[in-house]
Amino acid sequence: MSDNSTPQHGTTEATAAERMAKEVEELERRSETAARLFDVRRIIGGLFVVYGVIVTLAGVFASDADLKKAQDININLWTGLAMLVLGIVFLVWLRLSPTIPPPSATDEEQPKENGTG
Amino acid sequence: MLHLAEGLRLPTNALDYTLLGIYFAVVLGIGFAARTSVKTSLDFFLSGRSLPAWITGLAFVAANLGATEILGMAANGAQYGAYTVHWYWIGAVPAMVFLGLVMMPFYYGSKVRSVPEFLLHRFGPSSHLLSSIIFAVSAVLIAGVNLYALAIVLEALLGWPEWVAIVVAGFFVLAYITLGGLSSAIYTEVLQFFVILAALIPLTIVGLKRVGGWDGMSDKLTGDHGNAFMTAWEGTGIGSDNPLGANWLTIVLGLGFVMSFGYWTTNFAEVQRALSAKNLSAARRTPLIAAFPKILIPAVVVVPGLIALVMEPALGKPGSGLDYNHAIPVLMRDLLPNGVLGIAVTGLLAAFMAGMAANISSFNTVFTNDIWAAYLKKDKPDAYYVRTARVVTVVGVLIGMGTAFIASSFSNIMNYLQTLFSFFNVPLFVVFIIGMFWKRTTPAAGFWGLLSGTVAAMINYFWFYKQGVIDIPSDQGANFVSSIVAFVVGAVVMLVVTLVTRPKPADQLAGLVYGTVSPGLEEPPAKGDDAWYRKPALLGWGAIILAAVCYIPFSF
Repeated sequence: MSDNSTPQHGTTEATAAERMAKEVEELERRSETAARLFDVRRIIGGLFVVYGVIVTLAGVFASDADLKKAQDININLWTGLAMLVLGIVFLVWLRLSPTIPPPSATDEEQPKENGTG
Repeated sequence: MLHLAEGLRLPTNALDYTLLGIYFAVVLGIGFAARTSVKTSLDFFLSGRSLPAWITGLAFVAANLGATEILGMAANGAQYGAYTVHWYWIGAVPAMVFLGLVMMPFYYGSKVRSVPEFLLHRFGPSSHLLSSIIFAVSAVLIAGVNLYALAIVLEALLGWPEWVAIVVAGFFVLAYITLGGLSSAIYTEVLQFFVILAALIPLTIVGLKRVGGWDGMSDKLTGDHGNAFMTAWEGTGIGSDNPLGANWLTIVLGLGFVMSFGYWTTNFAEVQRALSAKNLSAARRTPLIAAFPKILIPAVVVVPGLIALVMEPALGKPGSGLDYNHAIPVLMRDLLPNGVLGIAVTGLLAAFMAGMAANISSFNTVFTNDIWAAYLKKDKPDAYYVRTARVVTVVGVLIGMGTAFIASSFSNIMNYLQTLFSFFNVPLFVVFIIGMFWKRTTPAAGFWGLLSGTVAAMINYFWFYKQGVIDIPSDQGANFVSSIVAFVVGAVVMLVVTLVTRPKPADQLAGLVYGTVSPGLEEPPAKGDDAWYRKPALLGWGAIILAAVCYIPFSF
């Protein structure tokens, strides 16, 4: 918004398109998402570990009626274990390749430990 | 629409509600945590153009995997059989690949923040304003349709009164999008993608065991409904009869080309996910990464529809109290014990909310960026537009909730609305495709092409088809034909108008038309993006080949 007064060559419409592109570039520089947004892998991993444990326990204590309903498959046990594994995979992935916040133009560097979890 | 019988009540217990409650808490947490990352309007609308491709790719497919889509495609499976795979393999994958390989460099490279903004640069204000208004109105009303669909499903499955479902779901969507903008919408979509799969995969496995495996199901359905029911192409010759009411030509042109390209390449609720990617390579890979799950989703959506038809042969028959949309709820009721049942209810609710959130987050962007900031309140400080966007989000959700309440008294209005909006994408696609590939296309042609294509599709559907002037056997078939009509009329009008009006000077089209690159707008490739598995061409053609291979077992 601030530096859009510099006149460009061409007609007004050409400058409109270029000005908007400049504006987006400027906003990109000031954007905080890359530096501050938490990593979604933490959320997926956390939720699926919790869901996995709960559903696995439901499978361990499955009643005969539960088993019969699911065609003699202990579906809670298997689904729970699969969810647990998926959750752990996401947490391990996050640990092995943590997000590195890019150097931000407006802020001082975020502490690196932030990303490694 | 969906009229669910009393008998569909699920035997949910405290365990299932615990799982549901955890999900709601996490979603709200995402909203609060994402809030700190919103500093500029670009953060709110496009996550600061900073997300990695795997996240935007999963959000791209999840934004489409709303609950109306899941229940609807399972319903199509039960009604039309294996023909339903056309909506995925020919009706989605080629368009997604085209978006990634051909169109994304223009969208992302020109740094537009929305699909209408691209029209502003390519054609000018008249087509920009027209498409912005059409999009904003339809997005917010579709959000309402989604909310209403959620309310009737929850009423039947859980016994919640309709207004409770509308208020609760509406409130959560409002909260997390107002707080975190597109970032929280995208994160929630990625989460929803995994939860819905964790529900649909066990459902399919248990269901297949119940009906005697794939062979048992296939034999039974072939016996009851004929050979063509389990094939993709049999009976689609021109003039021959099939349940879909369409022939191979309308399937390939209407569904596979016009409708699908219109939806996937110009619907901003989808394209927005790709525009939030961190660089051009990630933006191009967004729809390509999404194409792979899209190819496999019929295995857990269409197959349950087929299973439900074996288990409840009365499904969809008059007097049974069950219509085709009940396919997945019937399986949930009959096959899933508490625990996985809670995951399934959560997944369904999450899918409804994500579908609504995709519409709301694209609505607030187009309204704020393309209507408010472009024509009503120009050149305010950026913080003003962030505040505006938050207010617009609240207003949008409230209008959506109002629409849902109105719909609960006049339910057939909703069917019309949905059909109506399905006609807006096709003319938009005509304008894009011709404008991108034919440099001479004039600003006036953009506007008149958009308007005439939209009107033509409506005349064909509501007058020629509904009044019986032409004979098409089914609504689906009529949709395909209307789309082709919209495409042809829009294209012809653009051609004629272009020939009699003045084109934009070539130097204003840099980066907007095929074969041009805008000076100074190229980005150097990021480190690691030259790895072979990140090559867009390989991903794109790989998806096309995989989709073609998937057809083989259903073609003979």
